[in-house]
Amino acid sequence: MTETAELETQHLLRDLAPQVLGIVVRRFRDFSAAEDAVQEALIAAATQWPREGRPESPRAWLLQVAARRMADHVRTETARRQREQVVVSLVPPDEQVTLALDGDDPAARDDTLELLFLCCPPALSPASAIALTLRAVGGLTTVEIARAFLVPEATMAQRISRAKATIKASGEALGMSEAGQLAKRLDAVMHVLYLIFNEGYAASSGDEVVRTDLSGEAIRLTRMLRGVAPNEAEVAGLLALMLLTDARRAARTGPVGELIPLDEQDRTLWDRGAIEEGVALISETLQRGAVGPYQLQAAVAAVHDEAPSAGATDWPQILALYGVLQGLSDNPMVDLNFAIATAMVHGPAEGLARLDVVAADPRLAGHHRLDSVRAHLLERSGDRAAAVALYRRAADRTASTAERNYLLAHAARLAEEVVE
Amino acid sequence: MKYILMMNTPGGGAYQVTTWPREDLIRHIGFMKTFATKLRGAGELVAAEGLAGPDQAKRVRAGADGKPITDGVFPESKEFLAGYWIVDVESPERAYQIAAEASAAPGKGGAPMNMAIEVREVMSAPPVETP
Repeated sequence: MTETAELETQHLLRDLAPQVLGIVVRRFRDFSAAEDAVQEALIAAATQWPREGRPESPRAWLLQVAARRMADHVRTETARRQREQVVVSLVPPDEQVTLALDGDDPAARDDTLELLFLCCPPALSPASAIALTLRAVGGLTTVEIARAFLVPEATMAQRISRAKATIKASGEALGMSEAGQLAKRLDAVMHVLYLIFNEGYAASSGDEVVRTDLSGEAIRLTRMLRGVAPNEAEVAGLLALMLLTDARRAARTGPVGELIPLDEQDRTLWDRGAIEEGVALISETLQRGAVGPYQLQAAVAAVHDEAPSAGATDWPQILALYGVLQGLSDNPMVDLNFAIATAMVHGPAEGLARLDVVAADPRLAGHHRLDSVRAHLLERSGDRAAAVALYRRAADRTASTAERNYLLAHAARLAEEVVE
Repeated sequence: MKYILMMNTPGGGAYQVTTWPREDLIRHIGFMKTFATKLRGAGELVAAEGLAGPDQAKRVRAGADGKPITDGVFPESKEFLAGYWIVDVESPERAYQIAAEASAAPGKGGAPMNMAIEVREVMSAPPVETP
């Protein structure tokens, strides 16, 4: 099988994963075991299909294999419980074949959303929710997830099984979320998808070329989420934000993986298709009202992406957007960005004055980003020596290798100019 | 976020396992094994290694031809790295908690050694784009 065909199989399997899992969970009412069964079916498909050819109905095939695994599981469980009590319904594997549904079944759509809710409950830590979401809804294997986060497979397997145990203990099940909780649960899901996207950002700027494309996965899952929640403006905003940020990926790093800041990027390397899609999406969404943080961040990204050059960036527009965003969220990072935009519109002195106010936030105490933003504004104001010192302090404080390298190199360049 | 927990012990200090009675050794090894298993079970362990004694350590430098030039053995009085853990956790506080647990490993006579564990973050965070 060619590489393209293998990739096609992988994409197909990942798309089918939540549909198949939804059906199996509904039938057997045991999320943890169903998730294991579907994972085994996916792995079986990934090894068998390239060898024996893709079955006529891939979904029915996966369902059948997963159901067979579930039947085995139930049998084992039953034996273990000495036939006292069967907690799940035992359906003969042959009958499971009829579980296959048509492509655009509304039940399958609901399942995907419910599965996302189930994987991202408040009781789970972000790292656990990320891992479980990638496996159960994303259809990634444990090995792939472990590789993406640079931890051993055994550790990742434990993290996933503990996550499932936590969900089980909390008594959550498919279809249990109440209408009133929808917004809150959707927020949690969007946050997890956003974190996955950000992790991919780290990988694409580091030296970890083998890492799974997490940004791409986050975009795919967010598209999936948008498919099942088409009227949620913030979901559209999140997708637009990812597309408009990811569009700059090729220009964001240099030959040795060094970060290139926005104003120095080669804009001809930006992905025009992604920008067009993102801009269209955010423009259409903003007209519908009910604006939210993801939409506003997407709007800022759109302003950057549409500027023909860094100098032509519409900073007053960005300043206005950050102003609205400040009113909607209590996030010191937004305040930092507002200070930068202030400097770009009203000059570095006003930006620095704004920054002094922001710096009082205890959440920013000792944060490298406060130093790097102040350094940036000091550099713009002409105080290079002070900027160099702060860039270096920021480099000491960041936990990102790519960012540290960038800050050190920038400080070194600036220091050489100071000497001249 | 990932952290490395380094168990540095001074040569001639409490961590002189070669002179411990068998019972203390077994207890200590058992603790370390259980500790690693527990961390793996919690989905937090990235790596855990004990290092061979410092009397086998060599300091290596490249010579003019690029070939290694090895340098003898470290003096016993120096502090050396006895072993380390790399963990992937939700917060620095959790890393400190794990370090404290490691620090209390039983030593000679079964009493907790309360060794100092150096905790440092591993560079693995995503960068923030500066506009």
